[in-house]
Amino acid sequence: MEIQTRKEKGAIIVLVKGRMDALTAPEFENDLSGQISKGENIFLINLTGLEYISSAGLRSILSISKKLKEKRGKILFTGLHGPVEEIFTISGFDSIFKIFLSEETALNEI
Amino acid sequence: MSIVFTITLPAKLENLQKMMRSVCDSAQIQGFARKKIGEIELAAEEAWVNICNYAYPEQSGDVEVIGKADDNNFIIEIIDSGIPFDITALSDPNITDDVDERKIGGLGVFLMKKMADEVRYRRENDRNVVELIFKKAGGG
Repeated sequence: MEIQTRKEKGAIIVLVKGRMDALTAPEFENDLSGQISKGENIFLINLTGLEYISSAGLRSILSISKKLKEKRGKILFTGLHGPVEEIFTISGFDSIFKIFLSEETALNEI
Repeated sequence: MSIVFTITLPAKLENLQKMMRSVCDSAQIQGFARKKIGEIELAAEEAWVNICNYAYPEQSGDVEVIGKADDNNFIIEIIDSGIPFDITALSDPNITDDVDERKIGGLGVFLMKKMADEVRYRRENDRNVVELIFKKAGGG
């Protein structure tokens, strides 16, 4: 898994590539937790490059969003496709998170 | 039904990739499409992680993974000698809860059941045997 972050319009845009499994999901959680503790509280997660996600990945997303909720922060998603989109739907994550078709539309929402 | 692979590894999270490679290579040889291979991988990961997390709370132990196939089915048998745990008896998480109520656990077994065409459990010779069954397209 590869994580790239940049800041735009007050949001941290996080590009996640590769596989988010039981071995790699903690990296995602640690990376974002670190940024939350530095005071960042708006995140846009771009999953265009993500090919695979397991429950460990979903769990790290849920854990981050719980942390953000405490800080009145926001977490948005874009780039869902293929198997990752399917897993979001099966798990009901598509109804608990805000999902956008592009980074642009997501950023306009913030 | 013939055995197409077997692999025995210590029940440790770090062995996930080794187990997944055997499963993935075998699924490819069995002729599954890429999408289905992803589903097979996901079911196998969830079963593996579950054993690593819960089967051996006090001592270390092994997991044996056996792939079996015939014209209609591809079966992954995952066997541990840890504490008895009937994975099929676990109730599904409530997937309509929002962020506040959503429980962090329970999703793994749920996804495993969704990805496999069938999941069977049996306790045999003091071992937990989980069978993940995947139907081949056009078969059965």
